[in-house]
Amino acid sequence: MIQILVRYCTLFVLTLLVLAIISFSLAYLFPGDTLENLTGLVPENDIQRAALERQFKLDQSYIFQFFYYVGNLLTGDWGYSFTSGLPLREEVGIAMPATIELATYAMLMALFVGVPLGYYAGIRCYSTSDHLINSVSITTYSFPVFWFALLLILIFSLQLDAAPMSGRISLLYDIEPVTGFILIDILLSDIENKSLAFKDALSHIALPTFSIGAIATASMIRVTRRSVIDVKHRPYIAAALSRGLSSWQIFFRHILRNALLPILPLMAIQITTLITNAMIVETLFSWPGIGNWLIQAIYQRDYPALRIGMMAVSFVVITLTILIDLFNRMIDPSREKYERATV
Amino acid sequence: MSHSLVKRLSLCLCTALLVASCAKQNKQAFYNTGIIYCSESNPVTFNPQLDTSSTTSDASSHQLYDRLLDFDPESGRIVPSLASSWLVSNDGLTYAFQLRKDVSFHSTRYFEPTRNFNADDVIFSIDRWRLNSHPYHYVSGGRYPYFESIGLAQNIESVERINGYRVEITLKHRDSSFLANLATDFAVILSEEYATQLANAGTPSKIDELPIGTGPFKFDSYRKDHFIKYLKHENYWRTELLTENANITRDIENIETNAKSENSSEAIADGLSKKTDGHVVEQLIFDITPRSSLRLAKLMTGECDATAFPAQTELEVIRARDDLTLAEKPGLNVGFWAFNTQRPPFDNPDVRRALAVAIDKNTLLEAVYFDSATRAKTLLPAASWAFQNDADDTAYNPVLARKLLADAGIKPGFSMTIWAMPVERSYNPNATKMAELIQRYLNDVGVEATIVSYDWTTFRRHLQEGLHDSVLIGWSADNGDPDNFYRPLLSCGAIPSGTNRAMWCNEDYDRLLNSALQTDDIEARTALYRQVNRLLYERLPLVPIAHAYRYQAYRDELEGMTINPYGGVRFGGVEKTL
Repeated sequence: MIQILVRYCTLFVLTLLVLAIISFSLAYLFPGDTLENLTGLVPENDIQRAALERQFKLDQSYIFQFFYYVGNLLTGDWGYSFTSGLPLREEVGIAMPATIELATYAMLMALFVGVPLGYYAGIRCYSTSDHLINSVSITTYSFPVFWFALLLILIFSLQLDAAPMSGRISLLYDIEPVTGFILIDILLSDIENKSLAFKDALSHIALPTFSIGAIATASMIRVTRRSVIDVKHRPYIAAALSRGLSSWQIFFRHILRNALLPILPLMAIQITTLITNAMIVETLFSWPGIGNWLIQAIYQRDYPALRIGMMAVSFVVITLTILIDLFNRMIDPSREKYERATV
Repeated sequence: MSHSLVKRLSLCLCTALLVASCAKQNKQAFYNTGIIYCSESNPVTFNPQLDTSSTTSDASSHQLYDRLLDFDPESGRIVPSLASSWLVSNDGLTYAFQLRKDVSFHSTRYFEPTRNFNADDVIFSIDRWRLNSHPYHYVSGGRYPYFESIGLAQNIESVERINGYRVEITLKHRDSSFLANLATDFAVILSEEYATQLANAGTPSKIDELPIGTGPFKFDSYRKDHFIKYLKHENYWRTELLTENANITRDIENIETNAKSENSSEAIADGLSKKTDGHVVEQLIFDITPRSSLRLAKLMTGECDATAFPAQTELEVIRARDDLTLAEKPGLNVGFWAFNTQRPPFDNPDVRRALAVAIDKNTLLEAVYFDSATRAKTLLPAASWAFQNDADDTAYNPVLARKLLADAGIKPGFSMTIWAMPVERSYNPNATKMAELIQRYLNDVGVEATIVSYDWTTFRRHLQEGLHDSVLIGWSADNGDPDNFYRPLLSCGAIPSGTNRAMWCNEDYDRLLNSALQTDDIEARTALYRQVNRLLYERLPLVPIAHAYRYQAYRDELEGMTINPYGGVRFGGVEKTL
């Protein structure tokens, strides 16, 4: 086990190093001034420029520059945004949790709706209810997420006036960000209209969560269903049947856990899709997350923001993927025969 | 048994309903305490002295600050604001302002005022843009575009304190538009005490980032691209004035119960009783939403209570909805077609007249403005006091156009350029389309027109260099004074500063404009501007096309919203009832 942990750690560190190299080289590859791309600071005169170049080791070799850059990344000194002039760490610190919050709720929706439905469809495979679930899920799965989100806005926000269409919460509420998850922050805050604020935040979160969640749920249903059907045709199920176990007993003792194993690694793939989808949906719902933030940065040619944004998003995705992979390995020791760790 | 169950159930239901209705009331009460305005962009600064863009003045001028004087949004007359009265000397050079007492500045987490507004604040605010030697002049860049463009600083001899509540401003030359300039969005009054405090702390530039003023709202927080948040100014002087007046009215009513109260005092008392109902606006929020369609959508879902600049194509959608109000007023702007009068053959007034009568302005109005504009006869829109209703106007007459062209020796097939500005402005929402229409009209009279466009910066640079034959452009004024239209657009002095697109210089015209500034008599000035209009009609350096309306869309829950043709949006005194 320790060996595996070490292996994962090396993989993790190496991948991040590669990412750091790429993001560092972006400062040179982006058009414009390297110093400005790297720091987000625009020197007013030559003296200032020289001082900054010295500070960021730009007068030394690339290796030195790079190590200084990595040091800065680690200490949280990520530079400044061109457009807002704020420290990028602060900006990412606000935007990133918003995206993760959205993705988390969508994931929870996929888990609590998709998995049970998938089990149900798998058990009752080729019945009418299975066909129904299957066809709904394949239809939902085929929706492009942005189109689906637009449809939801059109119906629920503009026609029915049932849910707001932009932001995380009405701007009238003043919620101090503690965890970055708006629902938790409301509960932690000491504002007067807590329950009102909570309701307001829920109504804001409903549509974006649903638009990402529906697609994640659909794919979860399909994966679970497939896995349950596979397990159902295993010899040990036939053996259990011949032993005279009831179908409930077979389900709880044999199918439930065995069908879950192949689903977990697929969840890891889901997470990247989820975060990508969250980033797309954010721009439609003006959700102040990292996707929206990156789009703004692209529009405004905010190179330092793009550099750090790419770094931050890849960091989250890689961390989550590796963690889930590690988790899979822990609960499914049979996978140990694969020697190499994977991302 | 079953009976008691029913009883219990109904009791439960009643409680639930009660709770729900309470919650609803609570909810309404809370949402009534804040107004959300969807604004179109980020303000450059929170000090309108430093920037002329309407985004900046919307976000600061009428929300955070007051001016010495104001424009009445209805009549356009100059009315008292921080100056309760003023006296102009006989020679028109000295203006004495009596200042209002008991006007308090915002007290916020970053500044706690120890004194009320007085003469020092006025002197500080004016001297900041007026004097290069002022310690605050070069803080935040040292450019004061509005005051620079009208050359006001050069014309002020001195700003003196007579006593704590009396200020005297002496001019070098008479300027009858001086009071109007003090009432514009840009002539705000800052706090001298705050400035001194910041200077002592070594952070003078904070004065424009964390603003302090006397306006109805005080600054709370700003996140670029997201929102600006303001809180109610508890001791806003206008509110207190209203309360006092109402109290006096009540006292009078108590004493003379039989006496009929005047309509105005009734209205004030009404307004006051409405205020005590609890719909007090505690906060104002600018939700920064650059996309016009998104602003409209937010307005429809109720996420915004009011929006800035609805697009021309969206107006019908707003009109069609019962819960939205579209306020419109003729704006202080003019869209025109200017000829480069320094290039032959456009130096010949007859050629210009020929081209002017070759086009049908009404068609242009319909096709380009979708009827959201009025036909312009002169440079001045109807919102200006010097507007001349019976001014001469060119009429569509292609036969006359052909004749004039032939008389001037212009052969059929003559080619010229029409420059169409590349950006949308309210005075011309689609210059390219207008250019295409004009191209067709000119074709009918035998003139080949080519449409030229560059990106906005290059476009303006080339215009200033005079590379155009004719150009479709316009002008938005900052106050209702006619001088704000005539001088920058066509005076000789405006050629180098790049606002005289016709490159037209006429001594008679300049003389008339200058003499109009020498008198404060409205009648005399109006008469002079009539002469100016006549001169322009005869010489036609440009063809005025349209005065576009100004639009403001808001939800019916807002009460007291007025559209202000003289500058930015104002939320002081607006209430919300869901």
